[in-house]
Amino acid sequence: MAAYAEPVQQLIDEMSRLPGIGPKSAQRIAFHLLKVPREEALRLARAVNEAIERITMCRTCFNVSEGDVCVVCSDSGRDRTVVCVVEDPKDLVAIERTGEFRGTYHVLQGVISPIDGIGPDQVRARELLARLEPEGIAEVIVATNPNLEGEATAMYLARLLRPLGVVVTRIASGLPVGGDLEYADELTLGRALVGRRELSG
Amino acid sequence: MYQRGVAHYRDQGVVLRTYRLGEADRIVVFATRDHGKVRAVAKGVRRTRSRIGARLEPLSYVSLLLWKGRNLDTVTQVEVLDSFGPLREDLGKLSAASAIAEVADRIFQEGAVYTEMYVMLLRALSTLSTCDSPMVVPAFFLKALAADGVGLVMDVCAGCGSAPPLAAFDPAEGGALCRSCRRGAAISEEARGVMERIVSGGLAGVLAEKIPTGVVGEVRHLATEAMEHHLEARLRSIQLVEGA
Ligand SMILES: [Zn+2]
Ligand SMILES: [Zn+2]
Repeated sequence: MAAYAEPVQQLIDEMSRLPGIGPKSAQRIAFHLLKVPREEALRLARAVNEAIERITMCRTCFNVSEGDVCVVCSDSGRDRTVVCVVEDPKDLVAIERTGEFRGTYHVLQGVISPIDGIGPDQVRARELLARLEPEGIAEVIVATNPNLEGEATAMYLARLLRPLGVVVTRIASGLPVGGDLEYADELTLGRALVGRRELSG
Repeated sequence: MYQRGVAHYRDQGVVLRTYRLGEADRIVVFATRDHGKVRAVAKGVRRTRSRIGARLEPLSYVSLLLWKGRNLDTVTQVEVLDSFGPLREDLGKLSAASAIAEVADRIFQEGAVYTEMYVMLLRALSTLSTCDSPMVVPAFFLKALAADGVGLVMDVCAGCGSAPPLAAFDPAEGGALCRSCRRGAAISEEARGVMERIVSGGLAGVLAEKIPTGVVGEVRHLATEAMEHHLEARLRSIQLVEGA
C-alpha cells in the first residue's frame, strides 16, 4: 500500500480525530483542502488558530467566552435570579435563538451517565451550587437533552438544589425523547421553556 | 446485493446503551434473545422529528426489525414492549439498572445466544421497576455468575465441603470458606445466609424481607467483587444516591 507524504497523512490523522468524521471523510476533507485555493485553506487554519488563542471559558457559567466573563454573564440586562442549565454551549445558543429567555446560564460541560461512570463530579454541578447564594438565584431551569442521561442529570440537580430553597424546573416535554436539543426548532424549544414544570424528587 | 427477505431479521432485546454517531444517528447496543449482543445503527434518531428515537432509549425492552449490514446492522422498525418507566424516574433505581446493563454489556457477546441470561436480565429490570429492595443488583450479579457457568458455592465450604458456620469469601476459590480453608475477605453468617438463599432459589423471599443495612452493604460488596473477578474488570457504573 502506497503511503501518503508525511504532512498529508498527518492532516488526515488529525481530521479523523474530529467527532463524526471517519477515515474516509477525513481523507476526502484533507484532499479537498489541498485542492482549493491556498487562501481558502489558510483561512480555515487561521480560524482554528484564532478560536483556540482567543476563546476561553467563562469563569462564572463555563460558556465559551472571549474573556474571563462571557457575553451573557456580562450583560447587565439579564435576570440574575433565573439560571438555565445546559449540557454544552451549543444548547445555550439554541436557547438564545428562541428569544424566550432573559436569565443567565450554567454550562455543565457534560451530562451524568451512571453506566459510563460519569457522575456529578465529572460535570460542573458543584460550581452551580457555589453560584446560588452569591448570585441570589431563585430558579434553576434544567434544559438538558430529553434522554436518559439528561433526565438523570435533572433528577440529580433537583435533589441537590431543592433543599436549599431553590425552585428547580424542567423544560416541558413536547421535546421528543431521544432527540438532541440543538435540533429542536426555535418555536418548539421556546414553548418548552415557557411551559416548564417544577421537578419533584 | 442481498435479497430483502434474507437481509432482514426479527428479534427482541434490551437497549443496553447508545453512542452518538455522526450528525444525527446513534449506534444502539442490544442484548437480544436470539442473536446475543447486537450493535446496530439507528438513523436520524437525534433529529427531533424522529419517531423511533424515543423507543431506543437505554433500558427499554423492544421488539426489533433489523437489516443485516456488512459491518453494522441497521434498525428498521422498533416497538416498545416495556420501557420500564419507573427506572427513569428514580436516581437509585437508575443507578441500579445501569449496573445491571453494564454487566449484561460485558457478558453478552456478538454471535452467541444467552437464553438464561437474557431472561434474567429482563426479570431483573422488571423487578427493579416494581420493587424497592436493595438486593436486586447483588442478586442479579450472583445469578448471572451461575448462568455464565461460574456459580458460587455458598451453603458449604467451597474448599473442603464442611458445613456452616463459614468465615470467609473468595470468588477465586469458588465461594464461601470455612475457618481452616479461609482466604479472601471475611464474611458474616448473616450475609452468607442471604447469598446462599439467593443462589439456591430463595430470591423472592430475600426481596420481600427487610435486610439489615450492614448485611445489605456486605452482600453488595462481595457480589460486586465476585462479578469483577469474573469479568476481570472493574465495573464503572456509579451510584448516584447513597444506599441505593
Ligand atoms: Zn458566562
Ligand atoms: Zn474448608
